[in-house]
Amino acid sequence: MDAVEYFTPRTMEEACSLLSQYKEQAKVIAGGTDLLVWMKHGEILPKYIINIRDIPNEGYIVYDDKVGLSIGALATIHSIEAASLIQEKFNILAQAASKLGTGQIRNQATIAGNLCNASPSAELAPALIVLGAKVRILGTAGERVVLIEDFFTGPGQTVLKPNEILVEIQVPNLLPRSGGVYIKHTIRKAMDLAIVGVGIMITVDRDILSNVRIALGAVAPTPIRARKAEKILTGKRLEDDLLEKAALIASEESSPISDVRSSADYRKKMVKVLVARAIKQAAEQVQAG
Amino acid sequence: MYEPMLITLTVNREEHEVKVWPTDTLADVLREKLGLTGTKIMCNEGECGSCTILIDGKPTLSCLTLAIECEGKDILTIEGLADPETGELHPIQKAFVERSGMQCGICTPGMLLTAKALLDKTRSPTEDEVRDALAGNLCRCGNYKRITECVLAAARMMQEGT
Repeated sequence: MDAVEYFTPRTMEEACSLLSQYKEQAKVIAGGTDLLVWMKHGEILPKYIINIRDIPNEGYIVYDDKVGLSIGALATIHSIEAASLIQEKFNILAQAASKLGTGQIRNQATIAGNLCNASPSAELAPALIVLGAKVRILGTAGERVVLIEDFFTGPGQTVLKPNEILVEIQVPNLLPRSGGVYIKHTIRKAMDLAIVGVGIMITVDRDILSNVRIALGAVAPTPIRARKAEKILTGKRLEDDLLEKAALIASEESSPISDVRSSADYRKKMVKVLVARAIKQAAEQVQAG
Repeated sequence: MYEPMLITLTVNREEHEVKVWPTDTLADVLREKLGLTGTKIMCNEGECGSCTILIDGKPTLSCLTLAIECEGKDILTIEGLADPETGELHPIQKAFVERSGMQCGICTPGMLLTAKALLDKTRSPTEDEVRDALAGNLCRCGNYKRITECVLAAARMMQEGT
């Protein structure tokens, strides 16, 4: 790797002002599990590295009855999978975190890194999208809050401007009688990217579905919501025929590519299978209370 | 502007002053500047787990960690796993020796350290827990069955205090 100038800001504000000074020539590093690979391959050659990993108090996981869950940018993936608070109240997020990479990667990688690197298969994205999560973004001019489903703009691309840093993830409370499931379809159990990732969140009251959210990973340039499929299920009773139809529509909403992991055709077929499976599991979760 | 920086690394309970470039990985610094070649570099991009060391007790990929950010952290490599006073091997090392846990040996240091972190946290893991914990350490010889048995044997040894 080429020589770079290295900074260790003590606050996110300081990191932001460094970013606004060096813009595209600078890269922020936290866990380093993506950036260092790209640098070794020569795909990204920053002139300046801004290491935010050791900025104090930015890896928090806190819960408030009214506000919901707040997670600091630097929370590691392991701290999320292991937090009993997240396992109990936002289990789908703990599920997704536990499926990312390997134990070593989860000890290093951060939630903000997983989102900012914007892989179409980013493990946490489908779960956070169906949870209705938002990200708080800090820039030199101030802060803004963006829904995670609006955060991604393409493979490796987000709404972040060169002088902005993602500083917090905000997850609202779940509605009563809700269930959420994340299924990651892979060949290997560890260190494998999703062939398809499916996140589901539903509310079931007297057998009627509401607040249906379906998010798909690794089957489009960004993680996406399958809104047509959601609409078909909303307000309806969960029956096999309808589920089959919704799952097919979700599959039609996806636009996967063929790559080393899978053909586009197989991905589409698996979206159908997994959406139906995940919705059934989520409904069972609600029934089990 | 572009000059190596002098940092202090705490490796295996000893402090080392070392000059590093900001982009030097911990794996390279351990091997080439501190002569601790027990840490193996295989894929060098975070896929294989061979370079696993413990930082503050947690399995970490030294090939994807910058040395410069490790000041003040407690680094344990394979060279520091045996008892520093007596030189007695750690139960995990004993189990690997007694039960042939290694074939070519390249994955072994990383396996041992990942296993140590597991056993520090979980005194008597199930076979599944061992397999899950070691999922990020690849063995190209395919010796997984024995490796798993070794870790389970080490857990028993540690419980019996032998």
